[in-house]
Amino acid sequence: MIEVNGRKIEWMEKETVIELLKRVKYTFPLVVVKINDKVILRKNFHNTTVPNNSKISVIHMTSGG
Amino acid sequence: MNRIKYIKIRKKLQESCVGIAGLGGLGSNAAISLARAGVGRLVLVDFDKVEESNLTRQYYFLKQIGQLKTKAMKENIKKIDPNIKVETFNQKLKKGSMEKPFYDVDVVIEALDHATTKATFIEEIMLKFPEKPIVAASGVTGYGDSDRISTKNFKKLNVVYDEEALSSDDDVLLAPRVSLIANWEANIAIEILLGKDI
Repeated sequence: MIEVNGRKIEWMEKETVIELLKRVKYTFPLVVVKINDKVILRKNFHNTTVPNNSKISVIHMTSGG
Repeated sequence: MNRIKYIKIRKKLQESCVGIAGLGGLGSNAAISLARAGVGRLVLVDFDKVEESNLTRQYYFLKQIGQLKTKAMKENIKKIDPNIKVETFNQKLKKGSMEKPFYDVDVVIEALDHATTKATFIEEIMLKFPEKPIVAASGVTGYGDSDRISTKNFKKLNVVYDEEALSSDDDVLLAPRVSLIANWEANIAIEILLGKDI
């Protein structure tokens, strides 16, 4: 099990951040993903795998300013 | 008011510099608040002109319609305090060099409009100036629901955040919520500038 922005979902072995984001349908322009308090930048999304039992925070940007 | 504390704060803020990317609803209101608080130097970046439709939430006036936002904002700040140093860049931030106007500021405020530009700008600052504090905002649209807003911290990045707010393409932009979030950003900037030892 992993937790994405408070929502519990199944953990998948060897899943990268980019694959996880696709799975949970986060397609908006993202800024940062944090896995267990470690910040993962967008350029590392494809080579960072999500460990089991991790807590993931996803911050997205919405237009308006 | 605690006079001694106030004088200490004013002195520290007077020696500080805040950079603001974008002078729309977020940037114009944040700039005015920071000027009133006494931040000594402001670096303001925008390419746009003041339009009549901006007046519903942005800190400009009828007679400024058609003026560059950088020029109009400088004028408004100088009316509050002529001693504040206001440096303006009338330019569109372009991917690859977005960080340039902000190389020597103490805190960067992201006050841009489009989601993609916001994301690109924040990432560029984080990559090029990893030690520079950034204050950003996402989710300014609509009205009410103030309690849904919170600050998310990611190392040097602080995001004033409402996950549930819609994109401005699908909702409205109104003065109370936009200026609430603009001032929330300004308040975080002040907190960063002053630190804990005041």
